[in-house]
Order: sequence, then C-alpha cells, then structure tokens
Amino acid sequence: MTVVEDRPAPPADAPRRRPNPVLALLRNSWRQLTSMRTALILLFLLAVAAVPGSVLPQRGVNPENVNKYFAEHPDLAPKLDRIGAFEVFGSVWFSAIYLLLFTSLIGCIVPRLRDHVRALRAKPPAAPKRLDRLPQHAVLTGVGTAGPGAEAGVADAVAVEAIAAELRRRRWRVQVRGTEVSAEKGYLKETGNLLFHTSLIAVLLGVALGSWYGWHGNKLLVAGPDNAFCNTRQQYAEAKLGPRVDSADLPPFCLTLKKFDATFLESAQPESYRATVDVEERGRATRTASFSVNDPLRLGGANVYLLGHGYAPVLRYTDRYGKTQTSNFPFLTTGDATLTSEGVAAFPDVNVDPATGKRNADLQVAFEGLYLPTAPQQPPFTRSEFPTERNPAVVLVAYRGNLGMDAGIPGSVYQLDQRQVSNGKLKQIGDRKLAVGEKWTLDDGSVLEFVGTQPYITISVRYDPGSALLLVSSTTLLIGLMGALFGKRRRVWFRVTPAGTPPATGATETAADPAGGSPTAGSSLVEAGGLPRTDYPGFADEFAQLVAAIRGDGTPGERAGEATARGPAGTREGAQ
Amino acid sequence: MSALSDQLVTFATLAYLIAMISHAVEYALGNARAVARPAAPARELVGAGVGAGGGVLPDGPVAKADAPPVGVDRSTARGRLAGRIAVWITALAAALHLGATVTRGIAADRMPWGNMYEFVLTVSFIGTAAWLAVLWKRPSLRRLGLFLTLVMVLLLAFAELKLYVEVVPLTPALNSYWFIVHVSTISFSSGIFLLGVVPAVAFLMRNGYEQGKRSFPYTLAKRLPAAAGLERLTFSLHAFAFPVFTFAVIAGAIWAEAAWGRPWGWDPKETWAFISWVVYAGYLHARATPSVRRNVATWLAIVGFLTVLMNLFGVNFFFTGLHSYAGVS
Ligand code: HEM
Repeated sequence: MTVVEDRPAPPADAPRRRPNPVLALLRNSWRQLTSMRTALILLFLLAVAAVPGSVLPQRGVNPENVNKYFAEHPDLAPKLDRIGAFEVFGSVWFSAIYLLLFTSLIGCIVPRLRDHVRALRAKPPAAPKRLDRLPQHAVLTGVGTAGPGAEAGVADAVAVEAIAAELRRRRWRVQVRGTEVSAEKGYLKETGNLLFHTSLIAVLLGVALGSWYGWHGNKLLVAGPDNAFCNTRQQYAEAKLGPRVDSADLPPFCLTLKKFDATFLESAQPESYRATVDVEERGRATRTASFSVNDPLRLGGANVYLLGHGYAPVLRYTDRYGKTQTSNFPFLTTGDATLTSEGVAAFPDVNVDPATGKRNADLQVAFEGLYLPTAPQQPPFTRSEFPTERNPAVVLVAYRGNLGMDAGIPGSVYQLDQRQVSNGKLKQIGDRKLAVGEKWTLDDGSVLEFVGTQPYITISVRYDPGSALLLVSSTTLLIGLMGALFGKRRRVWFRVTPAGTPPATGATETAADPAGGSPTAGSSLVEAGGLPRTDYPGFADEFAQLVAAIRGDGTPGERAGEATARGPAGTREGAQ
Repeated sequence: MSALSDQLVTFATLAYLIAMISHAVEYALGNARAVARPAAPARELVGAGVGAGGGVLPDGPVAKADAPPVGVDRSTARGRLAGRIAVWITALAAALHLGATVTRGIAADRMPWGNMYEFVLTVSFIGTAAWLAVLWKRPSLRRLGLFLTLVMVLLLAFAELKLYVEVVPLTPALNSYWFIVHVSTISFSSGIFLLGVVPAVAFLMRNGYEQGKRSFPYTLAKRLPAAAGLERLTFSLHAFAFPVFTFAVIAGAIWAEAAWGRPWGWDPKETWAFISWVVYAGYLHARATPSVRRNVATWLAIVGFLTVLMNLFGVNFFFTGLHSYAGVS
C-alpha cells in the first residue's frame, strides 16, 4: 500500500486529463485510512471487539469453560463458535481491526517521520512581519546596552547576540537573521510521538515473533525418579507449538520433582509454595534447582512455571493370585481451597491367571473416588478440612469388570469410562475409606492398601522469543508517550530595532510587557513575539519569564529570581 | 489495628458526607451573580501545573467563578464560608481515610492492596489527595467538591457494606515485589482517572449550560467554573494518569510473565485493562483531532472510566480469572 503512498502527485503543470479511476480510488481510500478520524474509529472498534473476549469463555484462557458453555447452550454455542467468539483475539474480525489500525498507523508514521526529520534539519523560520499579532507579544528596552554614545548598529548587534545567547542557554534552537532572532523548542513532542507510535508496531512484532517461533506445553509432574519428565512433544499432556517450530526444536532437558513444600494459613489460604527439582541439561552436570510462583525456573531454551500442585495417592493392589501392582496416579484437585481431590486408580493388567498367563479382560480392577488430605473425623467423608496432610484418607469405590481401555477409544485417565458402568460390563463391588497403611480386602480375596501419597506439581514450560523485543518496545513506548504528552512545541521571535524607532505598532497592552514604554537612550528597542504550536496554556508564563530574563543588560542570572517569582511554569516544561 | 482501620473508614465516610452537605449548602446559597465577577485571588495568577508537568491550567478570566463578589451579598458570604468548611472537612476526611488505609496495611503487615476492599480504599484516597492538590493550585474549582465528595461517600459506603473482608496475608501469587510496583501504579492512575471524571462530568454539564441549555442536568452547572477550564483540567488529569496507567499495565505484564509464564493471556482483567487503555488512547486522540468536538472527546474519557470501574468491580463479580483475589465470592 505504500506503493500508492509513494506515487508522486501529478505535477502541477501536467494536464490533469483522465485520472486513473482505480488509482484515484486507491489514493482516496489510503487517505481515508490514514486519517486521524479513521484511527479513532478503529481504536474504538478494537475496544468494543475485545469485550466479548471477556464475557464469553475463551479457548486460549480456559478451554474447560468453553466446553461447559457448549453443554449449557447447545444451540447458541456452535453459532458463536462459527464467528470465532470463543477465540476472539485470534478471530478474523479482531485481526482485521488491528491490522487495519496498524496499517493506518504505518501510513500515519511514515509521512510524519519524513516531515519531522525535515523539521529537525530546518532552521527556525523567519519572524512574521507583525509580531504583535501573535498570541504572545512584548516590547522591551535596554537589551545589550553598549554604553552611552555607542553607535546604534553596535548596540543592535550586542542585543542580538545577548538574546541569542540567552535562548541557547535555555536550550532553544536559535537562528539569527540580521537583527532578527528566531527560536524554536519542543521537538521532543513530535519525537516522542513518533517513538511511541513506532514502538506500538514493535510491540505487535514482538507478539507475532512469540506466536510464530514460541511454544509451550503443560505437564503434571509427580515426585520421584520414576516420573521424571523430559522435554519432548510426547511427554506433554497438551502442547502448542508455533507454526515455525518443529518438535525436534524443543531443547532437551529433564526434570525430576524431588520435593514440594507448601505452607498454609489456618484459614486454608496458601502462604507459600516451592518446588525442588533435579535438572539435567545436555552437556551439564545434573543440578538441583527450586522454583515457585513468581519465581520461575529459567533454563537455557525455556522457562518452567509452577501453576499448581496436588497429591498422587500411592495404592498397592494385590490380586487374587497374589501379584502386586502399585499405582501412583495423581488425583486432581476439585478447586476447593482444602485440596479435596478426585481421581481413579486403574489396574487393567491384574488377575492374570499364572497357569494360563492370559489376561482376563473382565477381571480388571479400578478404584474411583476422593483423596482428602485432612479427612474429617466423622462421616460424610466428602470434603477435606485442610490442604495439608493432617489426616490423609482415600474414599474409594471399587469396580471390577472390563474397564473399556482396550477399545481404542481415548478416554480421560482421570475418570472411569461410565459407558462401561452403564452397560453393565463394569460393576461396583463396594466402597471404603482408607487411612494411610490401612488395607481393604475385597470379596475375591484381593487386597488394596493405601500406602501414602506423593506430591505432584503442574507446570507450564514455555519459550517465547518475542519477550525481549516486547520488553524493549514497551519501554520505548512509555518514554515516547511521556515525551509526546508533556512536550510542548513553541516558537519565539525577537526583532531588534535601533533605539528611537518605534515598533511596528504601539500595541503593547500585553500583560507581559515589562518595558512599560519609554525607550532608553543608547539601548535598542526589542520586540518579541511567541507562538505555542500545541495546546500549551503555560506558554504565557514561559514567554514572560523569557522576556524578563532577556530584558535589561542581558545577564540572565540576575533576572532569574524575578522570573521565577512570576510563575513556576516554563522551565518545568523544559522539552528539547 | 484492623478494628481501628474499620472505625476510621466509618468516620472518613461520615466526614465526606458532612463535607458533601457543606458543599451543597454553598451551592444552594451561592449567588449566580458571583460567577461573573472576575476578581481573582493572587494565587490564581500563577497558573501552575497539575502534577509532574501534567499540563498547565489556563489562567485568564476563565476559571475565576469563585471570586468574591464586589457587593457582598450575605447569603453568598455564608455560602463561601460553607464551601471553605467543606474543603477543611474534606481534608479531615482525607486524613482519616489515609489513617484507615495505613492501619489496614499495618494490620495485614503488607501493602493494603490485597483485595478489592483495600484496593477501593487506596484508589479513592488517591482521588481525594489529588483533588486536594488540584484545589491547592486552583481554589476556584472548589465547587467541584460537591461531586467529588459524593463519589467518595458512595465508594466508601459501597466498599464498607459490600466488599469488606477480614485482614489476611497475600496469596503466594501476589507475593512479589511486582505486586507493589504494579498495584501501586494501577491504584494511583485509577485514583487520578477517578478524579478526572469529576471535571469531565462538570464540563459536559457546564458546556451545555453555556450553550444555552436550561433543562435539568445543565441547570446544576449554573454555578460551576467556566467550561474551557474544566475541559483543560480533565485533559491534564488524564494526560498525567495515562502514562502511569501504561506503566502499570506493562509492569503487570512483566509480573504475569514471572507468575504465569506469559506476559499477556487475555484473562478478563487483562482484557479490560486493554479496553481501558485503548479507550483512553482514543480520548487523547479525539482531543488532538480538531474535527472532533470537545464534548465528544470528554464522553470518551467518561467511557474510559466506566471501563476502569468494570475492571475494578465487574470483572471480580462476573468472571473468574487468574486475578481472582477480590476476596468476595
Ligand atoms: C495502534 C493504535 C494507536 C494507539 C494506541 C495510539 C495512541 C496514541 C496516544 C496515546 C496518543 C497521545 C500521545 C500524544 O498526545 O502525543 C497519540 C497521539 C497521536 N496519534 Fe496515535 N495511536 C494509534 C494510532 C494512530 C494512528 C493510526 C494515527 C494516524 C492516523 C495516529 C496519529 C496520532 C497523532 C497525530 C497524535 C498526536 C496528537 C497530538 O498530540 O497532537 N495514531 N496516539
């Protein structure tokens, strides 16, 4: 689209016959798109478009809630899904708005950047003829006194020099043209503005970089060396790789959870968490590291974040033939603060007749139920009383039959296949509460023992190559923003007239006129004008201060006190 | 300590209420003729800035509505007295309010921003403190105090009745120095945005009044300072708060990266912060665009504040997200 932008307007002398209608349309649309009005409308649209992203559940934030929404609104949900309402921030319409906005932004920045560079290199413009028509105007005398009897020309030159020096000292950009001094200040405003808007583009690039080349995965990690996790695609319960990332790109490292510490207040509110892991990275000795919420484990190619924690009950099952198997499958927390957890321990490969060596698919066993870190003293045993293990117990229902795991239908590993229960292939054979060390002998003589628990943590492993750019660009964004908001662009002019010559008009009613009239002999008469180029209500003060400093013998130091007394504005705006 | 804090909140609310009544008395007694008399107290000539370079208020005859009338009318004098009393009581209320916030922090042994109740307490205090600062620079804006104290009474009463929770320490997710950086700047900018709404609303009413509207809400603006000055104050406050808010959002993203592994995840709080940011950016744009009228721009500022409120209250009540620390369920 910049192509259209760069196309020069037809030269003035070229006959303007047959303007290409397509080009004209393109040019017009481009102008429309890059206007402030359009930017404003697009900004507003962006804000409105983000609203459904908070009202409706989002897949990227909470996929379970999306499924729940589908269950609760079976008619509406698919329709909403079709328009991307569950992935608002990746939807076509949301992307369209911000891409248009950023196109508009680029179209806005490029010409302004060009103009600004030009302005930075240009000299402050010559004074307008009538300084008294400017918003600020003053007439002053006694600038650059060259002593009595000195030639008028000499006095003028001294005055001009004094004015220019004072302006430079105040960090104005100064241009002297004969007896005129032009000065401008506050380029920082536009510089900041451009820096700000350019940083916005860099922020977007940082986001894009992260989503193209980044990846992340979530993993539940039970303590113990048997449950070590190595960073491969297959080991993640869920993983999302950016379009430019291949499974082979994942950096190799392994983690073993050694220890998890959590402390809680009596109210069950968590106070602190800390996970301790063994880290193996390629080419490095195994080391121990610990991490926590707000304090991730930063490895070479990825960061590991602690998201949650819970318990995996260790259940030992001795089958009717005396063979023993142990399950330490994690029970997932149900969301209450006391860490009541639910899950299932499935033993599909038990009750294998040692005589035949054949597995009987109808003699599989599973235990489903709750784990309570602090079980109540009295029934019902449905809810834990505290998040740490003060009185750990499992409350389990035993099932025997076909678990339905061989059918090849993927099911949740945290739940029994209820279809098998409802079609009678899997039967309940009793329920029990077990404290640690307690054994439960089932009707067929097999035994379940609750051995204890192991802690588990849920972690998120992430790599985001855009984060450095994001950090840098958001910093420059902020700096630019402050420059843009607090910078004030303004111009002043001074015109030195030989003593005795009245200024172009007699209109000196400006409050800031400190001269009060009669020109003194031997000194020059100076007329000053000021023009704020942006909304800047403090300019009158700054101008008055400037004039006060320049007045008299031109040594500003002596005047400074007086100038400050007039008002603190001005110096504080000090934008250059 | 915690009980002391609760008592101080109650007293602060009462003090705001009295200040509000006092302002209302000034309003009722104030003579409309006084508005037109330009005899400015010396301080007003200074035209000093609001906050750290956050723009400078206009001088000139614009905002001198409060100048003492020449022919002293007795009810006007009494009105002015009521106004002055109102300001002093507001200052007293602010002191109580500060005391309540500080004692709450001491009771909890941390910054008092751990839940929505404390957050509202802090934000509203900043609003009042900033108001007193503005008033110090421009006493002529005193009549806006009626709106401000009204807002404070509503906010504090709401916080006390609906949001109150016992003092508890922070959850681990909040236990980070980014907590202080992020939440203090969010509170600060929200407080200034809150204050910014007062001149914004006043401007919209006064602007209508100056354009000859004499129907209900506009007539209230009869004794308000001139519209142009109100508009400029609105802008100054927003221009000051916006970068602070931007910084707060960035700090939040840095924290979120450390805590949750991603700087931005479109959690409802984050989404609404984004919306607020975009709306305020829209306000600043609109104000810089000559073809957009100032009252349209000002409406955007008000919409912006509604989105801030949505984030403060609505998100905590309506949605669940990672930021669920409101302490109300
Ligand atoms: C990504 C969307 C944008 C955002 C978030 C944004 C944000 C802002 C903000 C916060 C300001 C206030 C700073 C200041 O006063 O200088 C600003 C100013 C400005 N923006 Fe944007 N902007 C965006 C897009 C655009 C576009 C597309 C244009 C061009 C059409 C544009 C042109 C301007 C101009 C000219 C100003 C200076 C106004 C002034 O102070 O005189 N912006 N922008």
